[in-house]
Amino acid sequence: MTTLLPDTPTAVPLAASPDRVLAARPSLRDTVNQSFAMAWRATKKMRRNPEQFFDVTLQPVLFTAMFAYIFGGAISGSVADYLPLIIPGILAQTALTASMATGTQMREDMDKGVFDRFKSLPIARIAPLVGPMLADLIRYGTAATITIAVGLAMGYRPGGGVLGVAAGWALTIIAGWSLSWIFCWLGTVARSAQAVQGIGMMIMFPLTFLSNAFVPMDTLPGWLEAFVKVNPVSHVVTAVRDLMNAGDLTGQVGWALLGCAVVVAIFAPLAVRNYARKM
Amino acid sequence: MTAIHHGTTSASAVRATGLVKTFDVKGAAPFRAVDGIDLEVRPGEIFGVLGPNGAGKTTMLKMLATLLTIDGGQAEIFGVDVRREPHRIRQLVGVTGQYASVDENLTGTENLVLFARLLGQPTAQARRTAADLLGRFGLEEAADRQIKSFSGGMRRRLDLAASLISRPPLIFLDEPTTGLDPRTRGQMWDTIRELVAQGSTILLTTQYLDEADQLADRIAVIDRGVKVAEGTPEELKQSVGSSTLHLRVADREQTAQAAAIVERVLGEAPVLTPEAGGFTIALTDANRTADVLIALRQGEVDITTAAVRQPTLDEVFLTLTGHHAEADQTHEEVA
Repeated sequence: MTTLLPDTPTAVPLAASPDRVLAARPSLRDTVNQSFAMAWRATKKMRRNPEQFFDVTLQPVLFTAMFAYIFGGAISGSVADYLPLIIPGILAQTALTASMATGTQMREDMDKGVFDRFKSLPIARIAPLVGPMLADLIRYGTAATITIAVGLAMGYRPGGGVLGVAAGWALTIIAGWSLSWIFCWLGTVARSAQAVQGIGMMIMFPLTFLSNAFVPMDTLPGWLEAFVKVNPVSHVVTAVRDLMNAGDLTGQVGWALLGCAVVVAIFAPLAVRNYARKM
Repeated sequence: MTAIHHGTTSASAVRATGLVKTFDVKGAAPFRAVDGIDLEVRPGEIFGVLGPNGAGKTTMLKMLATLLTIDGGQAEIFGVDVRREPHRIRQLVGVTGQYASVDENLTGTENLVLFARLLGQPTAQARRTAADLLGRFGLEEAADRQIKSFSGGMRRRLDLAASLISRPPLIFLDEPTTGLDPRTRGQMWDTIRELVAQGSTILLTTQYLDEADQLADRIAVIDRGVKVAEGTPEELKQSVGSSTLHLRVADREQTAQAAAIVERVLGEAPVLTPEAGGFTIALTDANRTADVLIALRQGEVDITTAAVRQPTLDEVFLTLTGHHAEADQTHEEVA
């Protein structure tokens, strides 16, 4: 190995004096910078493992085509009439699947040696969690874009225009990011990535299928309709429909955003607390 | 942000009293992995913590590095309380673990840039830091390769480089050479010595006596969560004699007879080894070997093996604790 001793007199010694000013806790600016550094790491990983994008590229294509052609005639009379109903539904579903993957991958990541180093560094405890979640905005964006593109190709003509579609697209990403905090929290309590996936499935399936994502609510039995009405996914789906199909900024949009905020407010602190404690 | 001036150069690098860590065990009494250890590391020294696998060395280090909660006792690093001010402790300590804690998916440069950015360096400066450290550690040719393709030695070097980004005054090295080949091991030792020459204080754990001997100014021997001895390498070795004579008799029946002869010559009873017909004798002077061998020949005891060795960790352990260390041993045959 080459020598560590400085070759030139200007080289800085490798040990600083302990008599330096030490911060008691990371500042907000530090926290933001550290989170972006972590997000940068996550995008590097994405670039090297493109198979991570299967669920946000192939799945929307497959599900949109499959659901539209299978259920279109039965539920709405024709595929074209079903598209305004199903596209927002698929958007919510892919956002939820993608956010589950966020939690699974985070759990997998936490078992790696590099997380030991993250824990030993003087950085905000939230940064290793927020970083990958910021990077995953790319995945949610990809999923939403592809779903809408497939819909348009199949003949979907949203009444909300470009602005309405853009707003629906944005709401989908916000919802995916907010919901990913649930799975992130699950990642900090579950013992393995497989456990996160297993429990995640159990949460995801009832949330998507017991909602108005694929069928109109009034066809359901009363007891089921009651659950579907309070399901936050229903609010997101309705809000996205209002935005994309009519270009209306309805109360549902407000409810959906509020629901997202509540999820983040509950699960983000829980996740960070668990992560910090686990060490 | 509140910032206080902390620590004085006169403070100990590490001062721990009565450190305790317990782990819950299902259906049994909690396991005390660290059971009341006192430790004092002076600034500028290399302090070695010696012990077999499972002795509690890593657990202790993790508590001091804020990676595990302290269940009992007190710990200060450069005068900063470990339990109360974890964020300040993390600014004072660089940790290099037993298993390289770098990102497999990133290249050498990317890893160092990431850690430098996390430590508050702007991107351009982080790149310079990464290039400088890769150069110092002879890793330039691996700068753009993913860690996956690195050898064990390269990983350790990168890991150590990553611990030095913030130029921490105290460095924890958890078994820095376990699993490395002898050449890489020697390089790692040189690196550690150079760190100290540049003003670092080092707390290292090891299961090898020769490593502690080569590097440490002072050593604490840990066994089953308890400190059983502390001193300079010389003091420790003197407790088991400066060298050890290993003998094996040809006829097992003569073991007792041979032991009696050895005791007569040296005035001390030899310790029987697990292998049949073998025993070890601590020698204060390697020259007494000849006396023992002559006495055995005169007593008509045939031997199959005779070797004089440096005391091994196992022998230090046997002397200090009365049981064998369940660790790999490295020893040099000198005769």
